[in-house]
Amino acid sequence: APCPQWPYCRKRCSYCNFNTYVVRAPDEAAVRACLVREAQTLLRLSQVHSVTSVFFGGGTPSLASPGTVAAVLEAVAGAAHLAAAAEVTLEANPSSASTSRLAGFRAAGVNRLSIGVQSLDDAELRMLGREHTAAEARQAVEAARGLFPGRTSIDLLFGLPGQSRDAWAQRLEAALGLCDDHISLYQLTLERGTALAAQVRGGALPEPPQDLLADMYETARNVLVATGFRHYEVSNFARKGALSTHNLSYWRADEYIGVGPGKGVMGASGGECVAMCPVNSVVPLPAAAGAHGRFVLRGEGGCRREARVQTLEPVTWMREVQSQGHGTRSRAVLNPLEQLEELLTLGLRTDEGITHERWGHFSPQLSLQDVFGKPGEARALQQSGWLVLDSGSLRCTWAGLAVLDSLLPDLLWQLQRV
Amino acid sequence: MALAGRAALRWGTRLPGPCPAAGPLCRPAWLPAARCERPYSSRDEGKLDMSMYPVESIRNFSIIAHVDHGKSTLADRLLEITGTISKTDRNKQVLDKLQVERERGITVKAQSASLFYNHEGINYLLNLIDTPGHVDFSYEVSRSLSACQGVILVVDANEGIQAQTVANFYLAFEAQLSIIPVINKIDLKNADPERVEKQIEKLFDIPREECIRVSAKQGTNVEKVLQKVIEKIPPPQCNTADPLKALVFDSTFDHYRGVIANIALFGGEIAKGQKIVSAHTKKRYEVNEVGILTPNEQPTHKLYAGQVGYVIAGMKEVTEAQIGDTLFLHKQPVEPLPGFKSAKPMVFAGMYPIDQTEYNNLKSALERLTLNDSSVTVHRDSSLALGAGWRLGFLGLLHMEVFNQRLEQEYNMSVILTAPTVPYKAVLSSAKLIKEYGKDQITIINPAQFPDKLSVSEYLEPTVLGTIVTPHEYIGKIITLCQDRRAVQKEMLYIDENRVMLKYLFPLNEIVVDFYDALKSLSSGYASFDYEDAGYQSADLIKMDILVNGNPVEELATIIHKEKAYAAGKLLCERLKETIPRQLFEIAIQAAIGKKIIARETLKAYRKNVVAKCYGGDITRRMKLLKRQAEGKRLMRKIGNVEVPRDAFIRVLKRETDK
Repeated sequence: APCPQWPYCRKRCSYCNFNTYVVRAPDEAAVRACLVREAQTLLRLSQVHSVTSVFFGGGTPSLASPGTVAAVLEAVAGAAHLAAAAEVTLEANPSSASTSRLAGFRAAGVNRLSIGVQSLDDAELRMLGREHTAAEARQAVEAARGLFPGRTSIDLLFGLPGQSRDAWAQRLEAALGLCDDHISLYQLTLERGTALAAQVRGGALPEPPQDLLADMYETARNVLVATGFRHYEVSNFARKGALSTHNLSYWRADEYIGVGPGKGVMGASGGECVAMCPVNSVVPLPAAAGAHGRFVLRGEGGCRREARVQTLEPVTWMREVQSQGHGTRSRAVLNPLEQLEELLTLGLRTDEGITHERWGHFSPQLSLQDVFGKPGEARALQQSGWLVLDSGSLRCTWAGLAVLDSLLPDLLWQLQRV
Repeated sequence: MALAGRAALRWGTRLPGPCPAAGPLCRPAWLPAARCERPYSSRDEGKLDMSMYPVESIRNFSIIAHVDHGKSTLADRLLEITGTISKTDRNKQVLDKLQVERERGITVKAQSASLFYNHEGINYLLNLIDTPGHVDFSYEVSRSLSACQGVILVVDANEGIQAQTVANFYLAFEAQLSIIPVINKIDLKNADPERVEKQIEKLFDIPREECIRVSAKQGTNVEKVLQKVIEKIPPPQCNTADPLKALVFDSTFDHYRGVIANIALFGGEIAKGQKIVSAHTKKRYEVNEVGILTPNEQPTHKLYAGQVGYVIAGMKEVTEAQIGDTLFLHKQPVEPLPGFKSAKPMVFAGMYPIDQTEYNNLKSALERLTLNDSSVTVHRDSSLALGAGWRLGFLGLLHMEVFNQRLEQEYNMSVILTAPTVPYKAVLSSAKLIKEYGKDQITIINPAQFPDKLSVSEYLEPTVLGTIVTPHEYIGKIITLCQDRRAVQKEMLYIDENRVMLKYLFPLNEIVVDFYDALKSLSSGYASFDYEDAGYQSADLIKMDILVNGNPVEELATIIHKEKAYAAGKLLCERLKETIPRQLFEIAIQAAIGKKIIARETLKAYRKNVVAKCYGGDITRRMKLLKRQAEGKRLMRKIGNVEVPRDAFIRVLKRETDK
């Protein structure tokens, strides 16, 4: 799953700390050439035979021209098998999602759209530093649904400073009236160094209380499940089977290849910002790939999974791609324990959890039962009702999912001792 | 011998003042060129011959003052004038050698110096015996003073009499020493020497005419002080013909030479090769070296009655040369000098390495530092939360802080210091316990040892008599503060129109933590405070436990006065609540006396903490964080099923002012 990133935005949102660059009129032809070249190089190195999904993240990939998207897809298809059914997602910002533009992306090969709506309230959108209004967001979603029926996702943020439980319930209701079959709900994280975090720290905006955030999350989960959505990952909901295969493969710790500068970019680092930040995406791994990747370097005769981070700064990244074919800044071989740690951390975010089969793929010797079936942390967490280990998988309970970050250190600690 | 010395003194006088380069004697190598020559013997290696200074020409004195009133600056000038040190701009707190002393403007280790001064044709030996400048060291001060016949009482012309001035005056007064009042810093713009003279007259009953106005900084009138020392302070009353009787008034440790004991001779003489005995330990030593302090050690052939200097005699630990001990010649025992007692710690605190891997380094630093400070008591201790460490006893709070600062500055050690406690006592009524302890009264320095009320007839707490000097506008607030601290007023006196001296009897534990800071802040820094030991009093003490989900946390158990338990319990619970992270279940944090809960805080369970998004470049960083948390599980102290980070205890146990 390549994840090409388009690292540029027209404007930085108040809550965004991604690797995004607000520059006017980037030399798109040059960026395109580099994305193409890097996708080719990394696909060759990985010797991936077939690509199941491509996710264009950002930055704001919808700022790129459809021609760039098409060129990257052609490069992917040229280097590996890109099935007709492969999921090709593009993150779009309502302010750059006119019907004609979206049609262009569809013509270029995009078949799924993720729209950074974030809120359907103008005041909230202003606080977030978004360029669009609620009305524009509605128009964009409607246009997208017309072009990508059943394959349009919207991103929403909750836990904004000053947002009440009722206000959130209203936003959610409005979103339900607008949405297609996939919703991503992200709790706003006040990242250090962002304008919004500074305002909260300075006291200009209130810090959302922990219990309120918990209530909002709980409300949303209940409402969405009641309206037929499957809560298939911590922040992701889908009905009628509209799960994002790209994201799912990421949580399953499949291979993915990041193309484009930076690591936090687009789909990759996600956060609430995903939709609006610049693009980069490439290969068909999970959306997350953006500017980093996890794949096996078969092309170099290797067999070990590597963690890769691409050069952050676009100009440098371009120079590196031009000279060596890719802008990988760092690569680290993941040892078996590290791979299992990632699998655990990512897999428990999903409703299916970590299946015995998937665990066995990474750990042929020690089964899930061997590691977590014995008396210890996992057993205690099961007894307290946070965790389930049965014949299907190791997974969180409904209540456990909300406190996963408290469960993981215990589980990792138990894993490390085996 | 004595006669010969006197003759040499009377007739052989050369000396101070800008001395002529004349004289057949060559300058000893140890004297800087700028210095004057001094009498010495040419018999061997340029050692001073102290027999030239008979008792009549000796003056032993100290300078006493409130902190920052200029004691060390005056000492610097006296050393310069007498040529003991050369006159440069660099002479600042010459006698204060430790970094902590220079930084805090206090004297921790007393340094003494012998000065040579010619007055009206007579060559005098003036021994300036420096004293530690704080009440924590009052025992040392009293020992230093017992080697003196007089003191220079320095008072700041601007600040006037302060609490420590009062305490120091009474120490000198009770020791029946001659007192020379000196009003310092008259060069300052706001100096009001007249007002200070009135205070001195009113409070100390010293006629104002006797005060000498000086500026130690600029050297104004300092020579006059020296003259007064000679005129007003009597020479020591003792005889070289008597058997050796030497008071140990300080000791230091030198890695190459062992213990260097500072001594004042109350009789006889001391020389290399003599066999001496400690009255306290009864141990016998052979004298390797004697000498005077200038202020560095300067070997002499002998020291004679009335003189002050040092002796090195193969003592390996400072505890062998305890302050206040008497040394005498083997087989010529003398009545020991009165007033000796072993240093008595008044404040105890746990000390732990921040990281247990540092334990051995800290251990050796402690050993080396206590070599020079025998008043610190050290007991090994351990805590489930903080690991292996020690329970240290200090003379007082300042002593504790200074010790800690010296560990940091001189040994580069950072430590965890728990909240200080005081030594309580219990009078036992249970026959079983009396048998167990072999006595009916025990001292409790660790709450774990607190005996149950049923087996105790009375609990006792240490008290101190505190002196506060303050501008009168703060009296109201200060009285309220003292009452809050369970103090009883003993005296209140206007020392002039604007200043009041208050005396209160305080339970020691009420002032060990933050009293001084509170006093300073409510008086905008103007009130001063000093205290002295005032024995034990009966107290209604209880042991307060802190429970986490019903399980006691032993390192937070506290002995406390019943009246204070509610407030203290509430505070501890609140602090603990702030420092324990939320967990998957609700946590009750309670303070309890026996079975009775007196305070409670509830830490609610986490309801949501999963990060919204977890992919892209975040994953590497996120894995790092999670692994660090997993690793942190190792360092958690488990109380029942509650995980408490180690630093939670540190933050709770820390003194309030460190918050």
